[in-house]
Amino acid sequence: MKNTISILVENKPGVLARIAAMFSARNYNIDSLSVAETVDPTISRVTCTAVGDNLEIEQIMKQLRKLIDVIRVVNFTTANGDFLTREMILIKVNAKERDRAEIMRTADIFRAKIVDASRESLTLEVTGDERKINAILELLKTFGVLEIARTGQVALSRGGRRLIDKHPGSVKSPGPKKSNRPRGSMI
Amino acid sequence: MTTSGRLALKKRTGAQIIFESLLREGVEVIFGYPGGAVINLYDELINYPRIRHILVRHEQGALHAADGYARATGKTGVCLVTSGPGATNVVTGVVTAFMDSIPIVVLTGQVATDQIGNDAFQEADILGITRTCTKHNYLVKDTADLAGTIREAFHIASTGRPGPVVIDLPKDVISGEVSFEYPEKVQIRGYAPVTSGHPGQIKLATREILKAKRPVIYAGGGIIHSGANRELLTLADLGSIPVTVTLLGLGGFPGDHPLFLGMLGMHGTYAANMAVTRCDLLIAIGSRFDDRATGKVESFAPSAKIIHVDIDPSSISKNVTVDVPIVGDAKNVLDRMVKILKEQGDVWKVTRKPWLEEVRRYSAEHPLHYEPSQKMIKPQYVIQQIHRLTGGQAIIATEVGQNQMWTAQFYQFTQPRTILSSGGLGTMGYGLPAAIGAQVAFPDRIVFDIAGEGSFQMNVQELTTAVQYHLPVKVAILNNHSLGMVRQWQELFFNERYSQTLMDAQPDFVKLAEAYGVVGLRADHPRDVIPCLEEALSIRGPVVMDFHVDPKEKVFPMIPPGHGIDQMILAKPDKKARRVVPLTFPS
Repeated sequence: MKNTISILVENKPGVLARIAAMFSARNYNIDSLSVAETVDPTISRVTCTAVGDNLEIEQIMKQLRKLIDVIRVVNFTTANGDFLTREMILIKVNAKERDRAEIMRTADIFRAKIVDASRESLTLEVTGDERKINAILELLKTFGVLEIARTGQVALSRGGRRLIDKHPGSVKSPGPKKSNRPRGSMI
Repeated sequence: MTTSGRLALKKRTGAQIIFESLLREGVEVIFGYPGGAVINLYDELINYPRIRHILVRHEQGALHAADGYARATGKTGVCLVTSGPGATNVVTGVVTAFMDSIPIVVLTGQVATDQIGNDAFQEADILGITRTCTKHNYLVKDTADLAGTIREAFHIASTGRPGPVVIDLPKDVISGEVSFEYPEKVQIRGYAPVTSGHPGQIKLATREILKAKRPVIYAGGGIIHSGANRELLTLADLGSIPVTVTLLGLGGFPGDHPLFLGMLGMHGTYAANMAVTRCDLLIAIGSRFDDRATGKVESFAPSAKIIHVDIDPSSISKNVTVDVPIVGDAKNVLDRMVKILKEQGDVWKVTRKPWLEEVRRYSAEHPLHYEPSQKMIKPQYVIQQIHRLTGGQAIIATEVGQNQMWTAQFYQFTQPRTILSSGGLGTMGYGLPAAIGAQVAFPDRIVFDIAGEGSFQMNVQELTTAVQYHLPVKVAILNNHSLGMVRQWQELFFNERYSQTLMDAQPDFVKLAEAYGVVGLRADHPRDVIPCLEEALSIRGPVVMDFHVDPKEKVFPMIPPGHGIDQMILAKPDKKARRVVPLTFPS
């Protein structure tokens, strides 16, 4: 089963490498991985999806928690409570004169944006969960997909809860130690 | 220690900050080797006479020596090496310590921060190289971060499940100047090891212990790390529970105790392996179900409920599914278990009598055994004599292979921190430097390295270190002219095709010892063994003893790879018989 795991980590250089190295050293597979700084600039959120049986996913969670720079780990797939996932895709599709209208209609149905156009092609931007993205991709294949670029999944729990709230003693007073700290994810 | 205001105001170099920080961590000894990237540190070292530096002869020796020091004392070992090759040479030692959960802080030099990534002279990405074989590692980019990093590193290395921590120190960070303040507290929001076991789980475990008819304790290195040997003894005595230990658990339970079954696993005793096979409750404490202990997991404790106490949650249900997991420190958990069990009175002496009788029958049927010889020295005999002549009080380092397994079987360890052996990684060349590290910590104790001639040659250069610092380590080489353990596998499972395991050429170890300024002794006949050992023990300096042992001697029992632990080979099978002799047991 595919599991969506959300990991809050110290926003420090090398943390992403630690996570990736743990996965490869222990022979686990990552399906997708996305990383960015959170509202607290000392923390980044890594969302990863991994396929495995319960035992394997449990080990992945434990091994992630063992990393010193990992602050909190939650498996949204098995945790109580609903969550939402999104990914984004850019699809460059063959767009001959006779197909253009149909492509644009498809884009409308999926609430996709057309972000680039040329004589032969249209580029669509679509956001949604995995199923939606797979669905539009499948439809556009009939016209000939030239190229795609797809982000990894990002995920948040529904409702007002925060991941970090459950972690006592952490980030009461966020804010970087040094004022000249560069912005953006350092990992 | 508190930080003095004067120190806080005055600017200090990175090198000074490093040594000031080490002093505040109570460091007395560093094992190291200088080089270009750490030359400033070595210069500053002269101003810190309270820190003793042991100059090894190869960086791998420094790491193993720090490891031996840590295992023998329970303190965090410290190792200091230069960048590039200095740092890569310690990697084997770092992995050795990582696999066996040994607290070590490794300081590696690094090229200056503006040169990192430029393929500079003696640059190696030691952070990347050690990422998956350290508990944590750091690259310090600013002199102002040094003190805090060292404080954190010692905290991480020594708490929870201990392990090695690497701190990479660029040259300009060592030479930079800032004001020094040593942080009183460590706060790492992603690191809070659970030491106190969950009360509900502990209660659940004691309920299982109460119910069990055939319980066995399977204890590992966690007993040693947490200092839980007394609590373990109390639990076993109280509940009349037989105890088996892993290689790293040796010494965690008295080897001469009637409830002691010996080591379990691939070269474990018949009694230990049968007891685990037959038990209805397995109480695993500070052990991680390593494949050398379990054999084929499907046949490991097949009819048992399993309680697993471990400080590392990722060790629990990793290889074997567990019924009652308890995350916590062994000492803490055992202490609380014992308190609950004590309220139940003393019923088990009677109820567990049949089980103890069954287990003792296993011990009586197939005790550890070798064929004594009047002609050839048996390696097991040498080990038994070392035990006898040292009164079992020595610290014993081992190398890896047959020498290691025979030591585990035939030297009756009764106290914790008396065996230093590379269990998880199985690092040949570990023993001599580890013995040196232990001897540095305990100059007045007898420290042995029980070696094979193969392993001994992997770090033989450290003999000079022993000479330089007057460390009277005794090396007992069990010389069988071959890489004995691999040769044994080839004999048993590869039709006696001895591919690259016979060492036709070898040095004259007596002359080699003498070249190093060490006394060398040789024994070829069984009657020479005791005089040789007695002479070695009478010499105040280091000694190398070259025992030419029966080259055909093998380690038994042995579980053939891929088999269950109830399928032991107890002696070399008849050539006509099937290679594996499955043993049956009463149901």
